[in-house]
Amino acid sequence: MVNYLALAAILFAIGLFGVITRRNTIGILMSLELMFNAVNINFVTFNKFVATDSLVGQLFAIFIVVVAAAEAVVGLALVILVYRNWRGIDSDKYSIMKW
Amino acid sequence: MVEAADTGVVFWLLAAAVLISGFLVVSLKNIFHCAIFLVICLTAVAGIFLLLDAEFLAAAQVLIYVGAVSILMIFAIMLTSRLAAHNVIQTNRHAIIAFFISMVFGLGAIALIAGTHIWRLAIETLPADNIATIGKLLMTEFMLPFEVVSVLLLAAMIGAIVLARKEGS
Repeated sequence: MVNYLALAAILFAIGLFGVITRRNTIGILMSLELMFNAVNINFVTFNKFVATDSLVGQLFAIFIVVVAAAEAVVGLALVILVYRNWRGIDSDKYSIMKW
Repeated sequence: MVEAADTGVVFWLLAAAVLISGFLVVSLKNIFHCAIFLVICLTAVAGIFLLLDAEFLAAAQVLIYVGAVSILMIFAIMLTSRLAAHNVIQTNRHAIIAFFISMVFGLGAIALIAGTHIWRLAIETLPADNIATIGKLLMTEFMLPFEVVSVLLLAAMIGAIVLARKEGS
């Protein structure tokens, strides 16, 4: 069980590193997917080893997958929109929503 | 199911695949190669789910992530290909700080995991019929979240269409 949790922790840290360092917005979204997957591994691990009377952990992971898919759809639509208007999707370039 | 003796080797192979491809996702220069390694990483995570007796989740992972989200990412990369083609710098100047933050987080989490013994490991195993149990849960106890999630998907679909269509069409 500890192995699975450690794997999830390292994967989450890798995703965190990617979210902070990427300039490309699509790269940030891909790193976010890595973090979602780390969280899912944690849920399923605890479901298998600690709370085995039901499958609520797996169900929660499925909900996370669905919400992450919706997030990716809207996020990539925003990326296309930003690219069309500013000809670039580097996250340090567009600061139009800053006060 | 995988035999108990085999699980160790399979787990280490899958974990190595997840971590190596995950690291390449955040470190490669070419964003298209990152998307390819994201596909490999998500497939290996589906294998991890199989080891953890989550067959339906593994299938959903392959269908949704590998089949849909990754393809969406690759489409978006191709539509913004002017950036991927040129060898532009893909990382910002926070790389060293980010490395320390994620190292502190990861090592801290591992130390916490290794030092904790309060989890009472269950003796009994998971329900045998994975898909049937999930279906029953979705239709009884988690009916409301299930319906809310379908509304959320509809909203995301409409939102993406509204955002990405051309003005005036």
